[in-house]
Amino acid sequence: MPVLNPRALNPRAPNPRALNADTRHTVTITLNGRPRSGQAHPRLLLSDFLRHELGAHGTRVGCEHGVCGACTVRLDGIAVRACLTLAVQADGRRVDTVEGLAEANQGRMTALQEAFRRHHALQCGFCTAGILMSLSDWLERTPNPTDEELRDMLSGHLCRCTGYAGIVRAVMDVTGQAIPSGESAHV
Amino acid sequence: MKPAPFDYLRPATVADALAALAAGGDDARVIAGGQSLMPMLNMRLVQPRLLIDLGGLSELGTLRAEDGWLTVGAAVTQAQALARPGLTDEVPLLAAALPWVGHVQTRNRGTLCGSVAHADPSAEVPLCLVATGGEVVLRNAGRRRTVAAADFFLGPLTTARAADEIVESLRFPLAAPGSGHAFREMSMRHGDFAIVACAATATAERIGLAVGGVADRPTARSWPLAPGGALPPDLDAHLNAFAWELGGDDDQHASARYRRELVRRIGRTVLEEALSCRS
Ligand code: FES
Ligand code: FES
Repeated sequence: MPVLNPRALNPRAPNPRALNADTRHTVTITLNGRPRSGQAHPRLLLSDFLRHELGAHGTRVGCEHGVCGACTVRLDGIAVRACLTLAVQADGRRVDTVEGLAEANQGRMTALQEAFRRHHALQCGFCTAGILMSLSDWLERTPNPTDEELRDMLSGHLCRCTGYAGIVRAVMDVTGQAIPSGESAHV
Repeated sequence: MKPAPFDYLRPATVADALAALAAGGDDARVIAGGQSLMPMLNMRLVQPRLLIDLGGLSELGTLRAEDGWLTVGAAVTQAQALARPGLTDEVPLLAAALPWVGHVQTRNRGTLCGSVAHADPSAEVPLCLVATGGEVVLRNAGRRRTVAAADFFLGPLTTARAADEIVESLRFPLAAPGSGHAFREMSMRHGDFAIVACAATATAERIGLAVGGVADRPTARSWPLAPGGALPPDLDAHLNAFAWELGGDDDQHASARYRRELVRRIGRTVLEEALSCRS
C-alpha cells in the first residue's frame, strides 16, 4: 500500500518560496553579541530554539501562550515573548538573553542583578530571567519609574514566590529612588 | 503547546503576500505581531498550512494623521502607536485605551490591525474603533475596500474580512475640537481580558457609549444631551436598557448580572468623565 502524503489530499500546490514545514532551515541570530546558527522547522518557537538548538538555557519556558513572561528576551533590543515568536522570525536579528547581562559586564552581575540578590527579589528564580530582560529594556526608556509604573510593567510577569515586593524594592534601589516605606519591613 | 507544522513565507511586498493568500485560500493565515495568533497556534486552535508574515513589510508601517483621519498600517505595533506624541490630541480615546491592551511586553509586538482582525469581543482596539466611528481598510490581490467598524465585527473572532483579504489599515477619525473621551475597564488582573470595557465620547450635542466584553462584539449607543449640555435626565434608564440589550451570559469570569451592573456603573462614570473633559 502506498504511503499517503497528506499534501496529496490537498490539490493546492505549496508556495515555492515559502520555507517548507517539513524541512529544517538554518536560522542565524546574534545571540548576546555573537553570531549563532541552528536549524529550525518553521513552527519552532524562539524559546525552544534558544534552549534546545543553541543550548542557551537561561531563558525559561512557562505557559507558552504569552501570559507568564518567563520566556521574555530582547529582540533587536525590545522585550518580547520568545514563546510568541518563531525562530524563523528572529533570523538575522539580535537576541539578548539573561546570559548576556553578566557577559557584557566583565563576567560580573549587573547592578540590577546585584539589587535583586540584595532585596530577595527572587526565590526559585524561574521568573527571574524574563523579568531581568524586561527591566533591562524598560529601564533604558523609563530610568526613574514610579511605583505604579513599575507595577504596571511587572504585570506582564508572573512570580509565584516573592509577592513582587522584593522586585519593586530592588528596582527602586538600583534606580536611586526611595524604597516605598510600607515595603521595607516585608521580608 | 507547540504549533502544528506549517510552511512559512516572508513576502517581499504586500502584492506578494496577497497573491500567496489568494493561492492558499482557507489554509493560509497572515501573521504580523502574532500576539493573538501565536497563542492560538501554540494551542492548535488554528492549524494553517501556510503562514504569511506581514511583519517586515515597510509598506504597512504607515502611522499618519491626514484629512481628518489617523491611519494605522498593519505592521504598526501598539507600542509604536502609544509612543506617538500627538496621539492624545489626535485620537485621545485610543491613547487612553492602549495601556490596557495586554502588557508592555506584548504591546511591543502586537499590532492594532491584528487585534481588529482577531476580533475578540473584549478587546480594546476594536472597541475604540467602533466607539469613534472608525473604518477598516481591507485589501486582496485585486481591490481595496473600506468597511465601517460597526459593520466589520460579526461575532467572536468573526469579521467581514474575506479569506483572501488582509486588514491593510485602520482609520480612526481625528477627535473634533470640543469633544470629550474616556475609557475604563474591569478585569480580574491588569492586562487580562476585560470583563467589561467602556469607551465614551461626548460632543456638544450627544454622548456615546461603546461596550466590550458583554455582547458577542463591541456595541455602541448614543443619546442626545439635555438642553444646556447636561447628561440626559433619564440616563440611568438608558444605561439599564442598554445593559439588558447587550445580553451578556454567565461564564467562569463573571455573571451576566454583574456584567449588567458594570455597564450601568462604569458606563455612567465614563460618560461623566467624557462630558467634563470636553475641551
Ligand atoms: S512561556 Fe512565554 S509567556 Fe509564558
Ligand atoms: S522567584 Fe519563583 S517564580 Fe519568581
